[in-house]
Amino acid sequence: MSMYFTKEHEWVKVAGTTGTVGISDHAAHELGDITFVELPKIGAVVKQFGELGSIESVKAASDIFSPLSGTVIKVNDALEIAPEVVNESAEDAAWMAQIEITDEAELKNLMTQEQYNDYLKTL
Amino acid sequence: MQLIYEQSTPGRRGVKLPKTDVPAASALPESLLRKERAGLAEVSELDLVRHFTNLSRRNFSVDTNFYPLGSCTMKYNAKVLENAAALFAPFHPMTALLPGGEEFCQGTLGMLYDLGQLLADITGMDEVTTQPLAGAHGEMTGIMLVAAYHAAKGNKAKKKYVVVPDSSHGTNPASAAIAGYEIITVPTAPYGDMDLELFKKAMSDEVAAVMMTCPNTLGLFNPHIKEISDIAHSFDALMYYDGANLNAIMGKVKPGDIGFDVIHVNLHKTFGTPHGGGGPGSGPVGVKKALIPFLPQPRIVMDSAGKLLLETANPGTIGRTANFFGNFGVMAKAYAYIIMLGREGLIQVSEQAVLNANYIKEKLKGHYDLPYDMTCMHEVVFSASKQLEHGVHAIDIAKFLIDRGYHPPTVYFPMIVKEAIMIEPTETESKATMDAFIEVMIEAAQTAESNPQALHDAPLTMPISRLDETKAAREQNVCCAW
Repeated sequence: MSMYFTKEHEWVKVAGTTGTVGISDHAAHELGDITFVELPKIGAVVKQFGELGSIESVKAASDIFSPLSGTVIKVNDALEIAPEVVNESAEDAAWMAQIEITDEAELKNLMTQEQYNDYLKTL
Repeated sequence: MQLIYEQSTPGRRGVKLPKTDVPAASALPESLLRKERAGLAEVSELDLVRHFTNLSRRNFSVDTNFYPLGSCTMKYNAKVLENAAALFAPFHPMTALLPGGEEFCQGTLGMLYDLGQLLADITGMDEVTTQPLAGAHGEMTGIMLVAAYHAAKGNKAKKKYVVVPDSSHGTNPASAAIAGYEIITVPTAPYGDMDLELFKKAMSDEVAAVMMTCPNTLGLFNPHIKEISDIAHSFDALMYYDGANLNAIMGKVKPGDIGFDVIHVNLHKTFGTPHGGGGPGSGPVGVKKALIPFLPQPRIVMDSAGKLLLETANPGTIGRTANFFGNFGVMAKAYAYIIMLGREGLIQVSEQAVLNANYIKEKLKGHYDLPYDMTCMHEVVFSASKQLEHGVHAIDIAKFLIDRGYHPPTVYFPMIVKEAIMIEPTETESKATMDAFIEVMIEAAQTAESNPQALHDAPLTMPISRLDETKAAREQNVCCAW
């Protein structure tokens, strides 16, 4: 399963036509203690780099953008009760939504893990 | 310190009323009567006075200490303004709304009318409504006026977007979203203002308004503001001026002269009235001629004989936005403030506010990272990134300042600056006060290197130590503990 990143620090893991989305460890660290995660509704149609949800920490509230276009088929409800999971496991247990991908060609607009690591060094 | 409920002694009371010697009014229905006592604290009047006096002494205010909270303009609120507001206390706001009531209220309506005229002059607008009750309410009113303007031109469906820079106050996109618009956020360029090229790309016929704070939340005046206005107008998008930072430009620039069509003014920031827990706010909204038909009602207008009347039957109006005439007492104070200082005085206010902020900037820039190193306006934004190398965050410096008797600056805003520390001294502070503050800020920077733990432990001198903000935000259970 390959993992791709956006400049806004979201990741997507692609398996077949399904993409699992979350925010990166770097983003979780920068935001500080996460206090609230707003997830999309199942069935919501999202555009690449369009709004998917939002996340609040003690420092700031930020939008979460969708790395790919598609339809939301599953959300990680557990984060609504336990937002701290984002700080503990941003790139695994704290996945936020699964989307049915509509256009795989959009992957070319994303960064690979290696490219993302290089990008982080420039910030 | 005990809670007032913990001091309660059964049977003790502050007031003993005589037994009624007239028949009691008809009893309330059984369903509305209490089944058990209200559970109020039973204390004497003296117990009560001591309790609340002691509690108030733990309060932090601009009357007790320096309060450099960025973007909030925590200037000293002159006590004489309270006297001005008290002059109006005998008048009931309903009088003016009764048939023919205007006749009896020429003085009170005159104060509101004159305040509107003065604010229109200061901001370069054609008319001002004084109804909105606070800044965000003013924004909401302003955006509704924008929407009414586009709807009247038959463009309601076409105008879908409001453009904001990423340094904007969070209330800007929030107000626009509540009014039904989608938000386009434009990033900040390295020169510290909305990126002009990206702004041009974001603009189209579908944009209803561009909301700007100028100077922005980095304390910087946008050198391209006229060009931005012209571009916006070429798409029939209106320019909205967030007046939060008006304290920087009075008598220097009128927003109306650089292309703004709508503005809200925070009387409790720029015009010396208390804010926060100290009293209600007030957010008058000024507009250019084209938007006057949509202003809230009742609108105070002057007839040819110089008599003030209330216009209440305008079909284009967005309606009433507040009871009666808004927060009248706040407006009376702001009116007195403007009259007291006069044109020259207000110019001096802005000059001194800008000078003070630049003084702090120059004195502290060797000790804290200054991401946008240029002449600032009324506030300056540092970053605690140097201190972060020692594990010290902006929040730790903020808590340390509390121990030293200073209200912390605004931290973590604007969000585009990492570990932001936003300092706004205002014009009412002396050089000596600022020098003492600067010294403590330098001490904090040195402590970050020599003993970071001391900053993590702060505050140590307060009635309560560091609060667990994460726990407070995650577990929002507010209930009575007694």
